[in-house]
Amino acid sequence: MAVGVSIVCFLLAHIAPGDPLTAIMPIDATAEQQAQMRAAYGFDRPLPIQYGIWLWKVLHGDLGNSIATGRPVVSEVTKAVGNSLILAAVATLIGFGLGTFFGFVAGYFRGGLLDRLASVVSILGVSVPNYWLGMVMVIVFSALLGWLPSTGAGPGGSTEWRPDLDHLRYMILPALTMSAIPMGIIARTVRALVADILSQDFVQALRAKGMRELAVFKHVVRNAAPTALAVMGLQLGYLLGGSILIETVFAWPGTGFLLNTAIFQRDLPLLQGTILVLALFFVTLNLIVDVLQSAIDPRIQRG
Amino acid sequence: MRRFLLNIGFALTVLPALHGVGWAQGILRIGMTIADIPLTTGQTDNGGEGQRFMGYTVYDALINWDLTSATKPSGLVPGLALSWGLDPNDPTKTKWIFKLRPNVKFHDGSTFTADAVVWNFDKLLKPDSPQYDQRQSAQGKSRIPAIASYRVIEPLTLEITTKEPDATLPYQLTFILMSSPANWEKLGRSWDAVAKSPSGTGPWKLASWVPRERAELVPNPDYWDKPRIPKLDKMILFPLPEVNARVAALRSGQVDWIEAPSPDAVKSLTEAGFKIVTNVYPHNWTWHFSRIDGSPWNDIRVRKAANLAIDREGMKELLAGLMVPEQGFLTPGHPWLGHPTFKLEYKPEEAKRLMKEAGFTPEKPLVTKVLISPSGSGQMQPLSMNELIQQNLADVGIKVEFETVEWNQLINIWRAGARDPSARGATAINFTYFILDPFTALIRHLQCNLAPPNGTNWGYYCDPEMDNLFDQVRNAFNPEEQAAILSKIHEKYVNEALFLMVTHDVNARAMSPKVKGFVQAQNWFQNFSSITMAP
Repeated sequence: MAVGVSIVCFLLAHIAPGDPLTAIMPIDATAEQQAQMRAAYGFDRPLPIQYGIWLWKVLHGDLGNSIATGRPVVSEVTKAVGNSLILAAVATLIGFGLGTFFGFVAGYFRGGLLDRLASVVSILGVSVPNYWLGMVMVIVFSALLGWLPSTGAGPGGSTEWRPDLDHLRYMILPALTMSAIPMGIIARTVRALVADILSQDFVQALRAKGMRELAVFKHVVRNAAPTALAVMGLQLGYLLGGSILIETVFAWPGTGFLLNTAIFQRDLPLLQGTILVLALFFVTLNLIVDVLQSAIDPRIQRG
Repeated sequence: MRRFLLNIGFALTVLPALHGVGWAQGILRIGMTIADIPLTTGQTDNGGEGQRFMGYTVYDALINWDLTSATKPSGLVPGLALSWGLDPNDPTKTKWIFKLRPNVKFHDGSTFTADAVVWNFDKLLKPDSPQYDQRQSAQGKSRIPAIASYRVIEPLTLEITTKEPDATLPYQLTFILMSSPANWEKLGRSWDAVAKSPSGTGPWKLASWVPRERAELVPNPDYWDKPRIPKLDKMILFPLPEVNARVAALRSGQVDWIEAPSPDAVKSLTEAGFKIVTNVYPHNWTWHFSRIDGSPWNDIRVRKAANLAIDREGMKELLAGLMVPEQGFLTPGHPWLGHPTFKLEYKPEEAKRLMKEAGFTPEKPLVTKVLISPSGSGQMQPLSMNELIQQNLADVGIKVEFETVEWNQLINIWRAGARDPSARGATAINFTYFILDPFTALIRHLQCNLAPPNGTNWGYYCDPEMDNLFDQVRNAFNPEEQAAILSKIHEKYVNEALFLMVTHDVNARAMSPKVKGFVQAQNWFQNFSSITMAP
């Protein structure tokens, strides 16, 4: 699996159009100078050999150095992953909290006004382009009201998030923007789940036995939790790798921002390293979610 | 009382002058368009913007650009060289003598001498020298193609020998920035260490630097050019590559100045009280014609018709005024403009007449393909601009099909030339040019021996008369004589409509009304020393 991921990462970066030398030479450098530099960076070798060298280094924990900056890719990616992880985790928690709330409300009161309101909010969350939402948030809360900062991860352009109030202010807008889609997806999923569970016989039986509504609710939650959790896990994975637009709009120094930079600079080692780390992260996350699911719902284990 | 007032007056006026420092006036925070802090060791990366913010701030070249005027194109002024010229005893006209500026100190306290210049050239050109730096060489070597050798004559006298007579050498040297040999030695001969603590001779010192985050520059109070000692306390640079993020950062007060706001944002920024500062600068937005066999642009009537068909004022409206319509290949008012007889005006009827003469009409149009990009450094708003041109050309009988390729791919195609299969049969390429000096402005596009792979004469244009003019430029060591020949070249560019000449960008930047004293030079590079921040 990991080897497959590494091959795809390597090929994706190399198939993309453009020349990595663009980032490190004036565009009108002569062909001779380009050839010298191509040889110096090893881009003149056949692709399988380049892949072999890269893989060997990766297996030894070395993702190479960024062409554009000369800095080790490992340190660049590690810092960015940390920033993306914290942003994605907070966004997922907000999305999960709001999504389950709206989902339960809609599911419990299906067909009513509350259901419609909750459904409108969740559909908006899924449908509104999040980069557009981000820009609107910036215009309203940063430019017009001046309440929150619009770019960076902390004061003075800080690229490292720290758990203090100053840095928290920088996270609010990107996290809220990022939570819109998971909120919508989780709300719709939970609504359908709750509606389905409430129509099942065992709920009727519980109520017929005279169980209190709160106790019934607990049963509904237990039945809905595994699926909701799986959806949350997937959303966390998507947010980690798929937040290029939001991180770019807010100049949040995470993996999305780093990927965007690497793509525009044709910084192949940085591109390969970031994609590889994200892909492996996604695989690991799915594994963790699978394990958690089976721990919560014994039926999955039996299956 | 009188003595008290005199003392106050003395303290306010004389003491700062004695120290060579004006009153420090605030902190300026700038949002750059680049994604990282430019290379700090001397030869910067990240193109013109890198050199603007980390080159001419921390470092000097032997010959600098005069960045003091907003009303005329920048000329050359002495930098670390006081004077330069051909060795009068050399009949080959390849030996240059440079008299260097005395008493110049690097930021680390070491003295600038001719040895330092040789050391810096070796850093870029000699792979076997201990200080050779691949990253700086990649940026700098291609800028000084004329240099064959160099040596120290005296501590403050340097000799440079060119491969052949080349009067454009002074322009080439403006790109080469001098870093401190002593600093490199002190930091263990490590360029990585120098990157964290660089030392140049420039008006600013790099105080601190965090990759991808910020760079803080503080004034160099001992700078040799006293009027260019910065007035600010500090200048902080932030990489903000996304245009909306830059605009948001300005509007929310996180920065005081942003480079390149989008035209869409100009109106709202102005209404919100921000200043939009623009000026013409050596940039042009063109279609570079292919001149290989079979290209329709080999017919001068077609080239002229296309140039007369473009509604440049309409385009200016499209770009919210952020452009200067081209009157030639060079910027309006440029000393090498000359007096072209062909005027770049919007005359569709005249264009139709020329096309008819060439055998085409709007009903039976010339059909051709042009390479464009959806975005790219210096490309302005290429899709909407090209669509307007497409409409304009269709009106006079030129039906253009666009082949849209990603910017980095377009650069590769541009390097490969019109004959390369990667050009996909296109007969023109939409490319923007840095047109700062004789080579980058005029020679590199059209000299016969600079066709790919030797250079960037994309269209394989070759005209012995033009080549002869280029040779004359390289052999004209008197600036007035050289300017006269460059004017002839430019006249030929325009009179023969050698490019589709559309517009010049205006290097827009948006800034808080608190920013005072900035003079936007007609150059890619700028002087930040005159700036102050109002309280």
